[in-house]
Amino acid sequence: MSDTYTLYNPTVMDHFMNPRNMGDLKDADGVGEVGAAACGDIMKISLRIKDGRIEDARFKTFGCGSAIASSSMATELIKGRTIEEALSFSNEEVVDALGGLPPVKIHCSVLAEEALKAALEDYVKRHPEAAKAVAAQPVSA
Amino acid sequence: MASRGFSFQMPSVGPSEPISRVMRHVFLDHQSATPVLPEVFEAMRPYFTEYFGNASSLHQHGLRVRDALATSRKQMAGLIQADNPDDIFFTSDGTESSNLAIKGVAYANERKGRHLVVSATEHPSVMNSVEFLEKQGWTCTRVGVTPAGLIKLDELEAAITPQTVLVAVHHVNHDIGAIQPMREVGRLCAAKGVPLYVDCEASAGWLPIDVKDWGAALVSFSAHRFYGPKGAGVLYRNRKARIVSILHGGVQEGGRRAGTENVPAIVGGGVAAAIAADRLQARIAHTGVLQKRLWDGLSSRIPYIQLNGPLPGPDRITTNLNLSTEFIEGEGQLLLCDLNGIAVASGSSCVSKSLKISHVLGAIGLDHALAQGNIIMTLGEANTVEDVDYVVETFATIVKKLRGMSPMWDEFERGVIDSVIAPTGRGKSFSAHAAEVSGKPAH
Repeated sequence: MSDTYTLYNPTVMDHFMNPRNMGDLKDADGVGEVGAAACGDIMKISLRIKDGRIEDARFKTFGCGSAIASSSMATELIKGRTIEEALSFSNEEVVDALGGLPPVKIHCSVLAEEALKAALEDYVKRHPEAAKAVAAQPVSA
Repeated sequence: MASRGFSFQMPSVGPSEPISRVMRHVFLDHQSATPVLPEVFEAMRPYFTEYFGNASSLHQHGLRVRDALATSRKQMAGLIQADNPDDIFFTSDGTESSNLAIKGVAYANERKGRHLVVSATEHPSVMNSVEFLEKQGWTCTRVGVTPAGLIKLDELEAAITPQTVLVAVHHVNHDIGAIQPMREVGRLCAAKGVPLYVDCEASAGWLPIDVKDWGAALVSFSAHRFYGPKGAGVLYRNRKARIVSILHGGVQEGGRRAGTENVPAIVGGGVAAAIAADRLQARIAHTGVLQKRLWDGLSSRIPYIQLNGPLPGPDRITTNLNLSTEFIEGEGQLLLCDLNGIAVASGSSCVSKSLKISHVLGAIGLDHALAQGNIIMTLGEANTVEDVDYVVETFATIVKKLRGMSPMWDEFERGVIDSVIAPTGRGKSFSAHAAEVSGKPAH
C-alpha cells in the first residue's frame, strides 16, 4: 500500500503537522477569536504589536486540517507587517501561500483573515492612539 | 472571497515529517469497505476471462454464467434465511437496492396511497430517495429515535396511516451501530398490513438476519461489507410485495432490474455470503472482544470522550465504535490517525462536502460541538489485540496534540466554557460560545 496519498497538498499537510506559531502570547496587544457559522470551526489569533508593526503572532484553532494550516500560514505571513499592511490582508494570500485549498475549504482561509482582523480590531480598541494612525483605513472583519 | 481551483498533488515523498515508513497499518473503516477474501477472488477470476458470457445469451456461454448467478442467489438467500432464491435480485450496490425498494414500491402502489414511513437515521440512499418522492407529491413521516439511536416504536405505530405503502427501518445504523428491534418493527407492520423494507447494509455478514422472523417484504445488502467485491448489491423481495422497475431496459432479474449482470462480482459476492454465514459467530465473538478492549482503552486513557449510540451489548453491533472527543474536531483526528497508519471515518461537518454534521448525529440529539469531534471506528476480522492497543496509544497522543492546539481546550481549562460530557458547572456551553464568536444563533 502506498503511503503517499494525502488529503491535502504537501504544503498544507506540512502546516497541519508542523504548525508554525501555535499557542498564545501572554503579553498580547490584540486578540481575536472568530467562529465559522457554516461548519463550527473556531480560530483565535494573538498579536504583539510594537511601533505600528506586528512583532509576533500566535494562533489556536479548533477545526479541520485546512483550518489549522490556514491559521499557521496566516500568522507566518503577517509577522513583520505594519498595521496598515495587515488591514489589507486577504484570505487569497493564505490560499496562494498554501498552494491551493479544495474549494469546500476556502472558507477556512477566510476564517484566518477574520481572526486576524478581529485581533487588529481588539488592538485598536485597546490603543485608541493607534486608531488615529489608521483612521484612513477602517477596520472591517 | 476568491475561489481557487484545487489541484491535487501527489507528493513523491511525504511532507517534512515522514508520513511513509509507518510502523503499523490498522484498517478501522470496515463500514466503508473490506478486502476481498482470497477464496472469493479465486472464485471470481474465471468469470472475467474464461466464463465471460452474458447471462441473457441462449448459448452455452450464457447458460453457464446463468447457472453461476443461480448459485450466488442461493448463497445470498442463505445469508438472510430466505426460502426462495428467486426472491434475490442483483443490483450494483446498496444504494441502488435502496432506490429500487423505496421508489419501486412507491410507484407500484401509487393508487393505494402516497405515504411512506422511515426512521430518522436511515442511510442517505433511503433519506434522499424519500426526498425525491416528496418532490413528486408523496408524503413521508420520519420517525424519531431515542438518544441511543433506537427507533421509537410508539411513534412508528402512530405514523402508519391507511395511505402508507411502505415502512423503511434499517437493521443496524451505519454511523452509530444501533441494532433496531426488527422483530417488534416487523410485527407492528404486519398488524397494520404495510410492507417493511429493512436496509441490512451495515449488518449483513456481521449479525444473524432472518427475513421470515421479521416478516420483511424487502431486504437489501451488499457484498463489499463482508469481504466480497464492490458491485454486488442485493435486494430481497418477498413475492407478495408489489414493486416496479426503476431501471428500464431488458428483462434481466425477472424484469425488476434491467442491465447486464456484473457476473464476476455476483459470483464473488455469493462465495463471500456463504463464508459469512459460516463464520458469523466467530466474527461476532472476535470483533466483540476487540470492541470492548478498544472502548475500555480509549475511555480510560482519554478524558472527555464519549461513545455515541447504545453501550456495547445486545443493542450495538460488535464492529462499531462511534466516538466524540470533546474540544477538538474530527477531520484533524482522522488525518493524524491516517498519518499514523490508522484508517477511520468521521461524521464531522468538516469531512462532509455539504459542511453538515451526519444527520444521524443530529437525530440522536448530539450536541453540535460533540458531533464536530466525531470519529467512527469499525472493526473487522483481521484486526488484532495488538492493533487495538496501538490505536489506543496513538489516539490518546493525537487527542493530546490537537487539544494543545485548540482554543476550546484552553478555555475549558480556564473555566470559560464547560464540558458537555462531564459538566463542571463552570463557564458557558461550547455551542453558546461558538455562536457568540461566529455572530450566529446556536445550532
